[in-house]
Amino acid sequence: MAGKVWVALQQRGDELHPMSGEAIAAGVRLAATVGSEAEAILLCAEPGTAAETAARYGAAAVRVIQHPSLGAYTPGAFTGALSAAASTEAPGWIVLAHSYQSVDYMPRVAHALDAALVPEVIDFRADDGGVIWTRPVFAGKMQAEVRVRGEGPVVLSVQAGAFPAAQGEASAPISTLDLAADITPDREVLGVEEVAGEHVDLTQAPIILAVGRGIGGAENMDKVEELAAALGAEIGASRPVIDSGWLARDRQIGSSGQTVAPKLYIAAGISGAIQHLVGMKGSRCVVAINKDASAPIFAISQYGIVGDLHEVLPALTEAVKEAKA
Amino acid sequence: MKIGVCIKQVPDTEARLRPSASGQWIDEEEIPFAINEGDEYAIEEAISIAEQTGGEVVVVTVGPERAREALRKALAVGAHRAVHLADEAYAGGDCWATARALAAVANRESFDLILTGSQSADVGFGTTGTLLASMLGWPHAWLVVGLEVADGSAKVTREMEAGKNELLQIGLPAVVEVQAGINKPRYASLKGIMQAKRKEVAELSPADLELDPSQVGAAGSRLEFLSVSVPPKGEGAQILEGDTAEVATQLVDKLRTEARVL
Repeated sequence: MAGKVWVALQQRGDELHPMSGEAIAAGVRLAATVGSEAEAILLCAEPGTAAETAARYGAAAVRVIQHPSLGAYTPGAFTGALSAAASTEAPGWIVLAHSYQSVDYMPRVAHALDAALVPEVIDFRADDGGVIWTRPVFAGKMQAEVRVRGEGPVVLSVQAGAFPAAQGEASAPISTLDLAADITPDREVLGVEEVAGEHVDLTQAPIILAVGRGIGGAENMDKVEELAAALGAEIGASRPVIDSGWLARDRQIGSSGQTVAPKLYIAAGISGAIQHLVGMKGSRCVVAINKDASAPIFAISQYGIVGDLHEVLPALTEAVKEAKA
Repeated sequence: MKIGVCIKQVPDTEARLRPSASGQWIDEEEIPFAINEGDEYAIEEAISIAEQTGGEVVVVTVGPERAREALRKALAVGAHRAVHLADEAYAGGDCWATARALAAVANRESFDLILTGSQSADVGFGTTGTLLASMLGWPHAWLVVGLEVADGSAKVTREMEAGKNELLQIGLPAVVEVQAGINKPRYASLKGIMQAKRKEVAELSPADLELDPSQVGAAGSRLEFLSVSVPPKGEGAQILEGDTAEVATQLVDKLRTEARVL
C-alpha cells in the first residue's frame, strides 16, 4: 500500500483553523485517489477543541503531537515535531493548508524529509500510478499542471476554497503520537499587534466599490469617491493599491485584509488574484470592470464591463444619479 | 555587513500571457519583463540597511541573459555588485534546484543577511527563500512587513491573517522574505545608471559553485511542468456590450431589476 496521507492541522486559538477542514477534505480525496488513508495530525501545546472538530471532517484518525514548545508557533519547533514523526512513520504525502502559518514551515519539513514540494494546489488527478497537480501561476492568470519526479514523500499545500470542507456525523478516533525528538524554537515571538488604522469596518457595508492597481494613482481616487457617494458604497481596495499608499490599510480586502460579503461588490481595475478573491467571493452580486477581458475576476462575476475604468467609473456615476433621480 | 539579495526577473504584471507552442510554459517572445515586485522592495531594504550600517549589497539572480537587465537596475539604485547564474543548466528549476544554487552562492559569499521577496509573480512557489534558509541552517522570516537589524539579530514584523502582525526576533545570519509595501523603493538616478555600467557582474557556472549540472535547473528539480493553460472560466460574467454610456446604463438597470441589489 502507498504511504499514508497526513494532514498537518493548524489551530486558531483553541479551535481548529477553518482552512484545516479544507486540508482534511483534500487529504481524504487524495487518499481515495492513491488508495491509502488520511490521518489528521495536530501539533499543539493543548488540543483545545481542535482535535474533536478535526475528527468530524472525514479523516480515518486524528493523532495529536503535544509539546509545550508547540504553543506559540515557530518554524523550528513545528518542523522538528512534524518531520521527526514523519521520519518514523513514513507517510507518503503531507498536506497542509496554504496559510500564513503552514507555508512558513512547509519548506523546512520538505527539506528535512528530502521531499518534493508542491505549493498552492487547487486540484489534482491520478495519472499512470502518479498524481498530476494543478496550481496557479502568474498570480492566477494561468494555471499549471505539474508532476513530481522520482521517489519519496511529497509535501503540498492546498489553496483556500479549492477543497470544500465536509463535516459529517461520524467521528474519527483521537490518539496521541509520541514525540521522540528534542524540538527547539528558532525565533522569539515578541508579540502580536493589530495593524494600525483598523478603523473602517467593511464587513457591514451593503455595497462596496473596490479598486485595484488599474486605478493608476491616488490622483484618480476622486472618480472612485464620486461613484461611491452616488451608490452609498464603502470604498475598498486590493493589496497593490494599499502597498502603493493610495489608500489606507484598513481599506484592504483579501487574505491579509478584511473578508467581506456585501450584496453588491464592484471590482474596478482588480485582476482577481486568489489572495483578493478569498476576501470577497461570498458577495451576493459581483461586477467586474477591467480592460483585460481575460482577467480572472470576470470568472466569479455576474456582470462584466471590459473597458477603461477611468471612463467607465464617471459614466456609471452619471447612470446611478440618473436612475436615482 | 554583507547582504545578499536574491531577485528574479518575471513577466511584467501588465503583460498579456499565452501558452507557448509546446504548452509547457508561456510564450516569452515580445513580452515585457521586470524585477519581481517583492524583490524590488528587498533591494531597497538591503540598500537602506547598508547605508545605515555600512556594508556591501550583492544582488543575485538565476535567469537567462535577459535577466542581466534586472541586475543592472539593482546596481543602478545602489547595489554594489551582482552575481548572475545564467548558465543554461540553471534553467527551469523548481524551488529545490534554485535554492540549492543560491545556497552555493551564499556559502561562497558568506552573507550576514539574505533578503528576497516572499513570492515570485511567475511560478509563485513562495517557498524558495525558506528552503534556502533551511539548506544554510539559518532562521528565516516570511511575509515580512518591517525589519530592524542590530547587533547580530533582526527584529521582524511578519504579516499574519486578518489584519494582524507578529513581532519576532531572529538571529543572524538569516533569510528575510519581504512583502511589497515594506518601504518605498527609490528610483535610479542618472548618476546611478552610469555607475552601474562599471559595477561587477560575475557569471558563475555550476562548476564555479562546485555543483554538478544535474543538481540545478530542470535536471535538479523534483517538479516537472507538464502544461500551462488559461483557467476555465466557469459560468463567468455576463459581459455588457456597447459604448461606455450604454454599458453604464445597462449595468445600473440590471443591478436594479435583475440582481435587485440597488
